[in-house]
Amino acid sequence: MSKLAFVQKNKIPPSPAPISEVGVIGWLKQNLFSSWFNTLLTLLSIYFLFIILKDFIPWAWGGHWDTKSLRECLDLNPDVACFSVLTARWKQLLFGLYPAEEYWRPTVTFILLIFSIIPILFPKFFRFFWFSIIYPGLAIWLLWGGSIWSVGIVYIGFFLGVLLFILLLRNITKNMVIAGISSILFVILFFIFFSNYLVKILDIIIPISLPPVESLKMGGFTLSLIVGITGIVASFPIGILLALGRQSNLPIIKMICVGFIEFIRGVPLITLLFVASVLLNYFLPPGTNFDIVLRVIIMVTLFSAAYMAEVIRGGLAGLPLGQHEASASLGLTYWQSQRLVIMPQALKISIPGIVNTFIGLFKDTTLVSIISLRDPVGLASTIRADQTWNGIYWELYVAIGLMFFVVCFGMSQYSQYLERKLKTDK
Amino acid sequence: MEKTKINITDEVAIHISEMNKWYGNFHVLRDINLEVMRGERIVVCGPSGSGKSTLIRCINRLEEHQKGRIIVDGTELTTDLKNIDKIRSEVGMVFQHFNLFPHLTTLENCTLAPIWVRETPAKEAQEIAMEMLEKVKIPEQANKYPGQLSGGQQQRVAIARSLCMKPRIMLFDEVTSALDPEMIKEVLDTMIQLAEDGMTMICVTHEMGFARQVADRVIFMDDGQIVEQNEPESFFNKPQSDRTKLFLSQILGH
Ligand SMILES: Nc1ncnc2c1ncn2[C@@H]1O[C@H](COP(=O)(O)OP(=O)(O)OP(=O)(O)O)[C@@H](O)[C@H]1O
Ligand SMILES: [Mg+2]
Repeated sequence: MSKLAFVQKNKIPPSPAPISEVGVIGWLKQNLFSSWFNTLLTLLSIYFLFIILKDFIPWAWGGHWDTKSLRECLDLNPDVACFSVLTARWKQLLFGLYPAEEYWRPTVTFILLIFSIIPILFPKFFRFFWFSIIYPGLAIWLLWGGSIWSVGIVYIGFFLGVLLFILLLRNITKNMVIAGISSILFVILFFIFFSNYLVKILDIIIPISLPPVESLKMGGFTLSLIVGITGIVASFPIGILLALGRQSNLPIIKMICVGFIEFIRGVPLITLLFVASVLLNYFLPPGTNFDIVLRVIIMVTLFSAAYMAEVIRGGLAGLPLGQHEASASLGLTYWQSQRLVIMPQALKISIPGIVNTFIGLFKDTTLVSIISLRDPVGLASTIRADQTWNGIYWELYVAIGLMFFVVCFGMSQYSQYLERKLKTDK
Repeated sequence: MEKTKINITDEVAIHISEMNKWYGNFHVLRDINLEVMRGERIVVCGPSGSGKSTLIRCINRLEEHQKGRIIVDGTELTTDLKNIDKIRSEVGMVFQHFNLFPHLTTLENCTLAPIWVRETPAKEAQEIAMEMLEKVKIPEQANKYPGQLSGGQQQRVAIARSLCMKPRIMLFDEVTSALDPEMIKEVLDTMIQLAEDGMTMICVTHEMGFARQVADRVIFMDDGQIVEQNEPESFFNKPQSDRTKLFLSQILGH
């Protein structure tokens, strides 16, 4: 009989893998030293890491934290970091020119922020979603101060609008469009004619207010977070609508969306920020006080919405036509099938791109320093202009970089978690 | 164009008259006339590119026809979106490539449309879904995702998903041609069972055994036209036109 005719007659029980394939040594061998080329790369990498860290670690580790000025640092030991600048100015880096006795307000706002995003990030806590809805108003009130009712009235207005919408649908008309339009009209009329009086009345009955803080006082990492997070939250839905609009069969909608996306993408963000800071005042009627932070937020939002739209369009294009056909053939309407079938899949495909855009947006908030808002980078220049710290570079920028890194790395980690969680084909 | 009133009895499920369709300048469907009675099982066959898919996709308006009339279940297909959504919820369709929603479990695939289109309460929708999944013999897969199922199982879920809408008419477009031979049978068995329950069905298929067994009528299409139609017995044994003979010899020849 030839050798080729070999067959296994008895069943072989499983045996443990050879030692060299498992454990630390096995891992090292497989991943770092599997061939001479791989070994060379490993050694080179170790060498580079060594060069970088050999100077950095002693510099950072031995750094001074409690001197009074850069001069004092240099006198003590010029070869180590002078983190004293952070000790002296960390409040400014975090809060900008926010009044010191009110620091608790941005702090509380930030802590509440964490609670407000948990229900969105983790479906397990979705029952606390109501807090995520209340939070934006609460944050605005805490940060800018004034009467609680000037923010609360917005919620009251929308609440009444929704209530009216539901009542209309229940009792009077079955037509969503009619009910929707009349509720929107009602809300608009409410804000034009009624809300001012209501705010005054409520102020008299239940006066709750905080000392107002103007926008120009906002600064530091607080400002980055305000602009970044509002931009992220607002640009996402706008991006989705733009992406859908770009695919629309209605030529006018399509044209508007394409025009908007191409225009915004073709212009540097800085230009838009200049428009926000300088030009808008020319166009607006004199005397209107259109908040500078709000203007910046709008520009940043539009900017990243255009990018978002393109990212999501990529996701939409990645879906097979069959998904549209299947949902249509089941009788789902256009919006139902977008919401229930198309978007969940398109967004899932686009998670890496979306998070990329978010991270980009967040880091781009540092550009506001150019229109002389005091974000951390802007403040760094202010601090360095001060006699005491004149000449300091690394310590400040390392600290600022670290603050941004923590937030961006967090976003990136969450996106990877989300991708793993949404994986349904394994 | 003057629309004349067509007398349609309740017995007629689908009425198509003088229907024409073009893709750009390409005349895909030419003067299609077809009447399908309630409970009738029709098999459509014909060479590739003859317009079979296009024809049945016109019936639930996945494709738009340009001339002629299509009346489904008493409602005429016009540009009126309300009519279209209504007809689509009455007409189930199963596709060659399943087109299940990969982000939803089997059960969610089946309850989605009943909940959102029919506004069935979630609990009741789930009960219906389980009933249909039992009918296609995969209740145990209810909580898996489509990506975790075999092709034959996916196709049966797709059938169950359509059935959950309690459709009065079912359209099948080559539902077995993407499947391995051993899975074809399980899907065909499901369809045979459906036919025995009295469902009105139009099946585009090359499974001639299936056609012989369940079809009331076999329709042969070529070049966008209905070239021949007959009961399966006569259709297979005494084909009239040369094109039918050629087609049958190719498909049964080996
Ligand atoms: N969207 C489209 N645009 C242009 N031509 C199309 C389009 N869809 C189909 N066609 C053409 O219309 C003709 C009929 O297509 P159809 O898909 O109905 O054929 P079929 O009979 O189902 O073929 P098969 O057996 O391969 O599925 C083909 O020639 C095809 O190339
Ligand atoms: Mg086809």
